[in-house]
Amino acid sequence: MARLRVLFIAMVALFALGPAQAQRGGAHVSIACGALGIELELCREAAQQWARETGNTVEIVNTPNSSGDRFQLYVQLLSSQSSDIDVLQIDVVWAGMLQTHLADLSEMGEIAQRTMFPALVANNRVGGRFVAVPWFTDAGVLYYRKDLLTKYGYAPPETWDDLTRIAAAIQKAEREAGNRRMWGYVFQAKASESLTCNALEWVSSHGGGSFLAPDRTYTADNPRAAAALDRAAKWVGTISPRGVLNYDEETSRGVFQTGNAVFMRNWPYAWALAQADSSPIRGKVGVVALPAGPGGESAATLGGWQLAVSRYSEHPEAAKDLVRYLTSAKEQKRRAILGAYNPTIISLYQDAEVLEANPFFGTLYPAFENAVARPARPAGARYNQVSDAIWRASYDVLQGDETGRRALENLEEEIARIAFRARWAEKEVGE
Amino acid sequence: MTARSAIDKARARSAWIFVAPMLIVLALVAAWPLARTIWFSMTNATLVDLTTYDFIWFDNFIVHADGRWYGIFTDPQWLRALWNTLVFAAVSVSLELVLGVIVALIVNAALPGRGLMRAAMLVPWAIPTVVSAKIWQWMLNDQFGVVNAMLEGAGFIDGPVAWLGGSSLAMVSIIMVDVWKTTPFVALLVLAALQTLPKEIYEAAKVDGIHPVKVFFKVTLPLIKPALVVAVIFRLLDAMRMFDLVYVMTGSSEETMTLSVFARQALVSFQDVGYGSAASTGLFLIIALITVIYIMTLKPLGREKAA
Repeated sequence: MARLRVLFIAMVALFALGPAQAQRGGAHVSIACGALGIELELCREAAQQWARETGNTVEIVNTPNSSGDRFQLYVQLLSSQSSDIDVLQIDVVWAGMLQTHLADLSEMGEIAQRTMFPALVANNRVGGRFVAVPWFTDAGVLYYRKDLLTKYGYAPPETWDDLTRIAAAIQKAEREAGNRRMWGYVFQAKASESLTCNALEWVSSHGGGSFLAPDRTYTADNPRAAAALDRAAKWVGTISPRGVLNYDEETSRGVFQTGNAVFMRNWPYAWALAQADSSPIRGKVGVVALPAGPGGESAATLGGWQLAVSRYSEHPEAAKDLVRYLTSAKEQKRRAILGAYNPTIISLYQDAEVLEANPFFGTLYPAFENAVARPARPAGARYNQVSDAIWRASYDVLQGDETGRRALENLEEEIARIAFRARWAEKEVGE
Repeated sequence: MTARSAIDKARARSAWIFVAPMLIVLALVAAWPLARTIWFSMTNATLVDLTTYDFIWFDNFIVHADGRWYGIFTDPQWLRALWNTLVFAAVSVSLELVLGVIVALIVNAALPGRGLMRAAMLVPWAIPTVVSAKIWQWMLNDQFGVVNAMLEGAGFIDGPVAWLGGSSLAMVSIIMVDVWKTTPFVALLVLAALQTLPKEIYEAAKVDGIHPVKVFFKVTLPLIKPALVVAVIFRLLDAMRMFDLVYVMTGSSEETMTLSVFARQALVSFQDVGYGSAASTGLFLIIALITVIYIMTLKPLGREKAA
């Protein structure tokens, strides 16, 4: 009996000592980062640099390229309280949906408050906690072929009318000159989050609001929003290929970068790739703000990614340190120069090296600063559902199945269903 | 008398002992998850926080509030998914049945290389569904797909067809792939039934000089009917809960969304455990209903034959 007890105590001691010893030898932290363009490469380099400097080890977890799939992977891991991933790269619209699974990073919140875009910092404060540090920001921009616009004597378009006209003219002229695969305009209309971003830009630049107001008033169904969607529907099959209905960021970049489109709507990351040595359109690309609607407003959807620490992490301190390292000014500057990832730190937009690598960071600063947020805050934990309804309504219009009017009526109906399920009537925004 | 009932009791007891492990396993892997799904279908639980939720009775299914109807039974997307599922099940199972019988008759005939044919026939069935769905997705791709390249080369189409793009073609494509994949299963069941048929009947028919088509409809078909009944019920249940093929090939697209895809979307993408469970429970009830109707309509037929 006594021998058994000794054995038992020894075993308990072994278990108790195990993790403590691991701690001393450096923590093992895993990070999930995106893989769009050269994202993964930059993330791996930086994470390994941090590991060398701090004596920890780091593992890069591969995640799906589509943000929808990545979100589902996170939900599956986090809702089972798995400690497999310590640091998560989360989309700007996910803070409200994942917040219960994320650790409080308030100690980093104060520095962020002083140095970063206030809108981004506010976005990550949910339920009185600071759940993620802004890593890079994004806003939709318009890429154009400088060489083609000069050749045919056009200035970059300032309104959607201009864009439609110039795109049609150059497409026609280029095709007659033998370039049969030339298209006027490519964007992202695949039935996914990308389409919600595009639709918000059209609607908002027409003065049609953002589908769901910050105070949760339903604002989707209005004539201006309908006009915006109807306009976009006319592009499909005329200045944009029908296949655009299945294009995401990378597919549209494929068409533009092989020289087969005059204009492209995309995020800033495409700049570094379009200007890469192997790119056929290197030196022939310009970037301007997205065109304005009839009222003269231009709107760019706010995107971007944050770094968060899982609440179920076994090494939260090391994980927080990695987040601190990756979101530091030094690392954000490196990412801006090598990959055209927009810093979230305001002062970097006056950095000479950053501006030399990305001239449009300076000229488009207002667009980045005033980017339009998707209705993630009012929708909170229901954002995915609201966004799904928005892109389905937009897709119906682009495909020619519905008029903008009818689609938006249905959309409001759907948002009402979601509101009922979520009991918004009884809860405050941001709760 | 008493001795006999004692033996009966002992036998009954050992019967229970033998059956018990299976009952326990069934309760664990079938009854418990099912009960939990039904329980969650009457709550407003979400994945954001699974520990706190309210019991809301049948609000996830149907409820009238503030002048509107809510719940899955009034949700246009769920109804659309139901319609898609029924169309998919009816069309694919009918095609598989017809093609399966034809294939079985061919490989049953005494042809040279029959063994090889039988093995080759099973290949589509043997490939894991996710793998074959991916293969077909690439073959049907509008830009780089081999199907478009072949049709264009042969002059059947002018430009690339977006097989899986947003159109009713997507459903046609998925049905086609499912037929390709599961016809071998039906064929296998039918082939097994064909092999048990007595040769004497066919010899008699031959002697009487009856036309082979008439032999098929008057002799073969009635005799393999029990096998067909089994094949249909297997395939129907499978088709009603179709998930993998649709999810891999077209994701959560509305054109092809089945009830299972809807439930997954509500549960995982929207983290709405209550609503997703209600959708799953709805699907369970519909499948149960179809099975009961199917068995009830077939039972009298079976009895007639026995009598």
